Amino acid sequence: MSSEIFTKSMARNIYYGGSLFFILLFLALTFDTSRALPNRDHRENLTPEVIKGKAVWEENNCIGCHTLLGEGAYYAPELGNVYLRRGGDQGGTDFIKAWIKAMPTGAPGRRQMPQFNLTDEELDAITAFLKWTSQINTANWPPNREG
Amino acid sequence: MQYSSQAVAKPYFIAAIGLFVGQILFGLIMGLQYVVGDFLFPAIPFNIARMVHTNLLIVWVLFGFMGAAYYLIPEEAEKELHSPLLAIVLFWTFLIAGVLTILGYLLMSYAKLAAFTGNSFLPTMGREFLEQPTITKIGIVIVALGFIYNVGMTVLQGRKTVVNLVLMTGLIGLAVMFLFSFYNPSNLVLDKYYWWWVVHLWVEGVWELILGSILAFVLIKITGVDREVIEKWLYVIIAMALITGIIGTGHHYYWIGTPEYWQWWGSVFSALEPLPFFLMTVFAFNMVNRRRREHPNKAATLWALGTAVMAFLGAGVWGFLHTLAPINYYTHGTQITAAHGHMAFYGAYVMIVLTIISYAMPLLRGRAANSNKAQVLEMWSFWLMSIAMVFITLFLTAAGILQVYLQRATDTPLAFMAVQEKVALFYWLRETAGLVFFIGLVIYLISFFVTGEQKLAVPAGATAMN
Repeated sequence: MSSEIFTKSMARNIYYGGSLFFILLFLALTFDTSRALPNRDHRENLTPEVIKGKAVWEENNCIGCHTLLGEGAYYAPELGNVYLRRGGDQGGTDFIKAWIKAMPTGAPGRRQMPQFNLTDEELDAITAFLKWTSQINTANWPPNREG
Repeated sequence: MQYSSQAVAKPYFIAAIGLFVGQILFGLIMGLQYVVGDFLFPAIPFNIARMVHTNLLIVWVLFGFMGAAYYLIPEEAEKELHSPLLAIVLFWTFLIAGVLTILGYLLMSYAKLAAFTGNSFLPTMGREFLEQPTITKIGIVIVALGFIYNVGMTVLQGRKTVVNLVLMTGLIGLAVMFLFSFYNPSNLVLDKYYWWWVVHLWVEGVWELILGSILAFVLIKITGVDREVIEKWLYVIIAMALITGIIGTGHHYYWIGTPEYWQWWGSVFSALEPLPFFLMTVFAFNMVNRRRREHPNKAATLWALGTAVMAFLGAGVWGFLHTLAPINYYTHGTQITAAHGHMAFYGAYVMIVLTIISYAMPLLRGRAANSNKAQVLEMWSFWLMSIAMVFITLFLTAAGILQVYLQRATDTPLAFMAVQEKVALFYWLRETAGLVFFIGLVIYLISFFVTGEQKLAVPAGATAMN
């Protein structure tokens, strides 16, 4: 870049102009996404129980081991579709609650999930949250039910 | 060191290195927990170790950025820091808040910590990398504001160079984007959408401005190349970083409930994201080849070249590897992501902080460069840590490819835990590479205490070339 045809002020203008343009484009796409989301995230089903379930999810740091829609830690299974993987409307709720209650397995050498001592109300809430999450339109991700 | 107030950078660098050691120790614990699942359970469950590992990384890199700013802004502005006292007060505030937060993670359950810190009043906890209690987050904002005021006043009253203006832009951007960590809607899709405004727009946005300006500063100092040339490069690099990186956020919007058109926007723009890192590599080597002085600090030159190369490999190449939507459909949230995360963070942000420390620490200790003996040790640590990180990345990539194949890209997918057992060999190899990294880190620490014949303090006029 020793050529004097391309000057420092040209570089500066590309930086300012380019950044501004793409910030505005990003905001425009965000605006359009915000309008499209209600048809994809089924927010009408965000009951108080689902909302409480998200708080239970957060306050026990579930993301520290699991992924949720592929984001989080990679130590334990994906939970975005766990409701469907464990039977959906035929038993998904009961399975998830029983699983959380049975932890840790204590099997020697195996990865252990802590016992979080959730109340029945909290167990119902976290399950409702995972059920709600499994019904988000995620463009067909994950590729199969194993997550 | 030309201004006495630059000395406030020293405690920041020391704290950064101390927390770095903690980060690596917890990394080794987690790496072992990947293969010996009940290691330290239930005293330190994996989620706690991971939170400590990632949060320590963020905090020590921030300490490094602040130390870098306190060192280079007075020198660029040709003026003493606005308030060295404020810098020291904020140092202790940040360190104490950080240490208390880490102790909170380790000494009580996360749910208790959430209750104890009143998370329900303004719930912000329990999201990846933003696990800090809300009061800690408020503390971070206060420290950031005081810090930006301090360095900002220095720049405003002093000489404005491209280096310090770009650095200021990056630091202000860092603080502004962090405010989105307080927005936690109960709709998970919206939560994730704006969570990336902190995480992605930090590491693939404003942090690149900080990285670029620190690298430019060090290259001006060690090569003696004309500032005009270096500043032009800096503009081009950060222009490319923002032009590709802002819409590049779209590569996180493929599978979280957002519209499908993000698969196009994200793929096209993030495929271009390696460009600024490639330019950075060309830039660093070009400047060193065209150097107009032989700076006695060879180690700092090595770190500066190393950060450019490793950032290009980790952020550029390993990012590109899984950024196209049809590929990411299979690799999203696997060990491929972990591989990329490790090398990108090490190459871009760990190494740039170690670069400025390598350049500035000898000067802060009253010499132009460390003794030859100390520099040789430091260079050994460079190679050990960097090569170990390459192998960590390769082993995680191998694990990730197998994971994708066994669990996703097959007609007979295996369950997550079954796959984890099948790829355990690569986790053992990764842990071994992690131990080598740790040995490199220990040698790095030792290099600070090695004496030997030192280069004298900078002779008068030697730094006046700029």
